[in-house]
Amino acid sequence: MRVYADNAATTKLSEKALETMLPLFTEGYGNPSSLHSVGQAAKTELEKAREKVAKAINASFKEIYFTSGGSEADNQAIRTAAYQGSRKGKNHIISSAFEHHAVLHTLNALKKEGFEITLVKVNENGVINPDDIRFAITDKTCLVTIMTANNEVGTIQPVEEIGKICREKGVLFHTDAVQAVGHIPVDVEKIGCDMLSSSAHKFHGPKGAGFLYVRKGIILKNLIEGGAQERGKRAGTENLPAIVGMAAALEEAVNNLEENEKKVSSMKKILIDGLSGIEKSRINGDTEKSLPGTLNMCFEGIEGESLLLLLDSKGICASSGSACTSGSLEPSHVLLSMGVPVEIAHGSLRLSINEYNTPEEMEYIVRCVPEVVSYLRSFSPVWDEIKKEEK
Amino acid sequence: MALYSEKVMDHFINPRNVGQIENADGVGEVGNARCGDIMKIFLKINKDGIIEDVKFNTFGCASAIASSSMATEMIKGQPVSKALELTNKAVVEALDGLPAIKIHCSVLAEEAVKAAVKDYYDKNSIEYDKELFKENSCEHCNIE
Repeated sequence: MRVYADNAATTKLSEKALETMLPLFTEGYGNPSSLHSVGQAAKTELEKAREKVAKAINASFKEIYFTSGGSEADNQAIRTAAYQGSRKGKNHIISSAFEHHAVLHTLNALKKEGFEITLVKVNENGVINPDDIRFAITDKTCLVTIMTANNEVGTIQPVEEIGKICREKGVLFHTDAVQAVGHIPVDVEKIGCDMLSSSAHKFHGPKGAGFLYVRKGIILKNLIEGGAQERGKRAGTENLPAIVGMAAALEEAVNNLEENEKKVSSMKKILIDGLSGIEKSRINGDTEKSLPGTLNMCFEGIEGESLLLLLDSKGICASSGSACTSGSLEPSHVLLSMGVPVEIAHGSLRLSINEYNTPEEMEYIVRCVPEVVSYLRSFSPVWDEIKKEEK
Repeated sequence: MALYSEKVMDHFINPRNVGQIENADGVGEVGNARCGDIMKIFLKINKDGIIEDVKFNTFGCASAIASSSMATEMIKGQPVSKALELTNKAVVEALDGLPAIKIHCSVLAEEAVKAAVKDYYDKNSIEYDKELFKENSCEHCNIE
């Protein structure tokens, strides 16, 4: 059996998205900036996509800017707020310790440019306390950027409360909603955010497209200079097939949101019920305030990369926040920020499922994971120690 | 190219010499759970100083397990003096290479073998050159 359980990394393209994309490679290949009929037909498709995307998050089409993906959207949102802040003498940005690297690394770069960065704490359940944001805001604060849902542990953040606080204090609020859009209701009016990032390939759209929602009145700062695409704020000929595919995938996801949420949650329950009984294991992050399809666990005494590769040899594709899989020497910054001890964080496993998965696949995962965990423990000196200490 | 060579995957999926030896003549443990890898090597050494049997226990990633497996294969049946000559480079070569960030796994394997031999020497009051057994297993890892 082959089970793809790494949907927080990327998803399979939806059939519908593919269908809408294909004619744009063969017939509708015009440049939306061209004045002739082929170009204008492409322009019409582009603007239809913008309408669909706007509708999906309760925004106006004028507030949607297409980008190459979530990282670009995050970069541009943060750079915009930083630029506007610095013009008013405001050089303080608030974020959290467990944001995506697209946010954290942009903030690191700004720090070198003289910005002051406050990263609020995350509690052990992977949730941020809005009061911590409130207390961190000063008259120098130009931006609060907090993710809607975390990519590793799936916890949903109190973005509506944070939005309200930012509104009260007159501070811009950006949210990285890359993991949330298409999976849980995302309404920019309810959240009260000024900017929101999203990426197509997380909701069965194609790779290479994303969007940034920017509330009317905020003037974006360009990352890419050139032509007048995206109302002059993002130069470069639009990746039309990907943008149109994204809009189709998003429309489909939003139309089926409730049904998918129900289906995916019940499959996640099979995983939780089947895996949480494993000795010396823990679920990372609140399981209630969580994305329907993301489950993150740690198993003491084993290392995540070996777990991942042995599961792969059984046909299960998952992910781990272990140091060995991250290309760095330290385990997941997300788990560490939640206070998971380093030695335990090495043994993490992220399973991320969606409506394309089946209950049978969940049963298979529930059979395989305990087997692999006890095999790796059978020759782990760390597990040996844990057992000796018990005696 | 895949992350790991076929050899690495083979030694990871079907590791050789997994286990422990009761009343081993030499036991060496290196690494640190905080860094994400610990290797423990058990040696059974006969009167002629030949490594009759060797087993390992490892907590770590695929390349740590494969390095342990390969290192134990390379010293099995060898005289202790030969085992001391095992270098991490030889382990890497025998595995058809490791990704740069995983080289420390082979270093751990070399050090685990040395630590086990040192334990054997200490237990049997055999004199040795202390320079051979400098510990630096955690150099690769700077977690506080």
